[in-house]
Amino acid sequence: MPLYIDIVLRLLLWLLLAPLLPGIINKVKAWVAGRQGPPVLQLYYDLARLWRKSVVLSTLASPGFIIAPAVAWTAVVAAALLLPLAGAGAAFSFDGDVLLLIYFLALARFCTAWGAMETGSAFEGMGAAREVSFAVLAEIGIITAVLTLVVQSGSIALSSMFEPLPGPGAALLAVGLFIILLAENCRVPFDDPNTHLELTMIHEVMVLDHSGPPLAMILHGAAVKLMLFCIFLAQAVLPLSELPLLISVAALAGSVLLITVAVGLVESLTARLAFKRVPLLLTIGFLFCLFPLILTWMGES
Amino acid sequence: MNTLAPFFLLTNASRISWASVPVFSVTKLVRLTSEMLQSGARLCSWFGVPDQDGTILVAVLALDAESILGVARSEPVSGSYPSLTPAHPQAHLFEREVWEQHGLVPVGHPWLKPVRHTCDNAPANAPFFRVDGGEVHEVAVGPVHAGVIEPGHFRFQCAGEDVLHLEIALGYQHRGIEEALAGGPHPATMHQMETIAGDTTIAHATAYASVLEALGGAEVPLRAQWLRAIALELERLANHTGDMGALALDVAFLPTSAACGKIRGDFLNLTALLCGNRFGRGLIRPGGCMHDLEEKRLLTLIEKLKTHMGDVEQAMAWFWDAASVRVRFRNVGVVYPSQATDIGLVGPAARACGLVRDVRFDHPAGWHRFSQTPVAVWPSGDIFARARVRSLEIQRSGRYLFEQLEAPVDGEIQTPVPAPLPESMAVALVEGWRGEVCHVALTDHYGRLRRYKITDPSFHNWTGLALALRGTAISDFPICNKSFNLSYCGFDL
Repeated sequence: MPLYIDIVLRLLLWLLLAPLLPGIINKVKAWVAGRQGPPVLQLYYDLARLWRKSVVLSTLASPGFIIAPAVAWTAVVAAALLLPLAGAGAAFSFDGDVLLLIYFLALARFCTAWGAMETGSAFEGMGAAREVSFAVLAEIGIITAVLTLVVQSGSIALSSMFEPLPGPGAALLAVGLFIILLAENCRVPFDDPNTHLELTMIHEVMVLDHSGPPLAMILHGAAVKLMLFCIFLAQAVLPLSELPLLISVAALAGSVLLITVAVGLVESLTARLAFKRVPLLLTIGFLFCLFPLILTWMGES
Repeated sequence: MNTLAPFFLLTNASRISWASVPVFSVTKLVRLTSEMLQSGARLCSWFGVPDQDGTILVAVLALDAESILGVARSEPVSGSYPSLTPAHPQAHLFEREVWEQHGLVPVGHPWLKPVRHTCDNAPANAPFFRVDGGEVHEVAVGPVHAGVIEPGHFRFQCAGEDVLHLEIALGYQHRGIEEALAGGPHPATMHQMETIAGDTTIAHATAYASVLEALGGAEVPLRAQWLRAIALELERLANHTGDMGALALDVAFLPTSAACGKIRGDFLNLTALLCGNRFGRGLIRPGGCMHDLEEKRLLTLIEKLKTHMGDVEQAMAWFWDAASVRVRFRNVGVVYPSQATDIGLVGPAARACGLVRDVRFDHPAGWHRFSQTPVAVWPSGDIFARARVRSLEIQRSGRYLFEQLEAPVDGEIQTPVPAPLPESMAVALVEGWRGEVCHVALTDHYGRLRRYKITDPSFHNWTGLALALRGTAISDFPICNKSFNLSYCGFDL
């Protein structure tokens, strides 16, 4: 298969499937609460609606207000394309692409915060401040997890670094990455994607003033990011690349579904944390990623 | 009781003649009131009555320990008078209100600005208290809010995530209810009373009916008093349940929030079963009640109440069993007991600071003279305590309702009320679900209403919310706000 067809197919897969995940989470939450809930495809309808709308612009905002969401979305999608998909591998790969992935995510975060600051609103400045301060701790967790995989596999290319860890290490890494996933994607207990209370929001408050297509890009980018973390988590923990192509892809899809349902269950059954305690839980997430690293090192020597 | 001597003492929901209210010079009234407040009395109301030669100030105090109320008034004054507020912060809004309505300046008041004027001289247009400093930033919230709630403006002075000071500017819903009552009661008055605060319909309607009955000298039949007590507890159940659900929602704890939304509706439907309206409108009228609870509906009510109490108990168990929920409320939004006393908190907010303050217990009137329920108190003053008190009151209101419903009283539900006696004054306190609802009426020499003063519990408690926010993270404002759940329109009148 020529490279460009491979890339287009992967792109379509990411763009079209990602908005399914928030829909599944909402369905799980509704189901636990005994409600009917919005349709699983709700985010698709929302995106279509937002895409047709015009944009409301603040007189204070510079063009950065529009550019930032576009750059953020592109960065997240580019990061997603770097990620191998179980037996199907990655479209292209090079040494150190994992660092590029981390930087793409950081760029996306920077742009979201930039877009938020453009409005000059006290709310959004507050949200941006929260987002970047918590991100510092969340990024340490991701980097540690990546380091664990690098030490284990001896490779710094994404396509070859997802090798199974020994049992306990994999379990610890799974917990750590799951906590990081919740934080990075603004889910309960770190943030509440469904709240209407602007004073308590982190991610949501940064995008309060966005509308129309830029808002659609932000929402879609968030869905892609969620899928990216789910797939990363599944591959970091399960030895998927050793299975035959079809089975491994099916197993990957199954684990992504499982992780999504788990996110929904966490949201249904726990309250969100007070901001003061967020760093504590993020540190716990970091430690869960650190112990497998130590285990791997001990195993090496 | 010697210190009480200067004030005229009366019991809740009773009438005195205007002439027998002791008159002092305004300086002496302020001094005497100050002494009374010092010795443990509470300011229920402080208002002006326009007169030919100026404005007469009237003080209504509650002496909870003695289960008695005290009233006194000043000679007509104009211009200014020495402020009570520096010594007794609980008077601060009352004095601002008197200044706004009658132009009397309380000399020494530290923060004199409008309470509920609209347009140019609205509270939100007056200068706000500001904290200076490089790290300090100001956050303005409202009057239009994210949820479907009433309008109010909140101005936070923050250092990072922590709130140093919160100032609340209301008045957006001022409808002129007190002004409309002058010369009344009018045909529309009863309906206006029922909508002072829509969620406190029963409490306000009961207070108004009690005032008119006291002014006319009528004693309501026991069965009507019994019905009013039942409606009052149903109102409490519905609102406390709704607020517990809202607290759960604000910390994203879905099980309780989803259940409580539904159970609140169930309790409202019980009120509808009683009188045909979910908020109890049209049930209470001066002289009694408009709807009786005959045998068949009584049994249905008991049956349904049993089911709903079981449901709410389950929802509360989920709430209190979840460590992630409890930790969100502990030591957040603390109001210290000394602060609560100083600013005159009432209702569950006061009881959550360990103050035993409940009109049903301290100043029983109507059915509560015969049957009472234990006062629910929790000492810590934080959101946890306010939620705990609400939760306890849900249990106790339920138990009280079962006791009352199983022993109905027979008799009429209405009695004719004679026209109000001229030159009289009546005071009625009712413990609504938010706290003490205080109505004071004054008649002229034709027996029409000369002045009618309404004090919703929110009037006392908004200051409590502002204090609770000091040193609290701004992200915890919504849960603090929900734990008080004060009324905007009850304040704005």
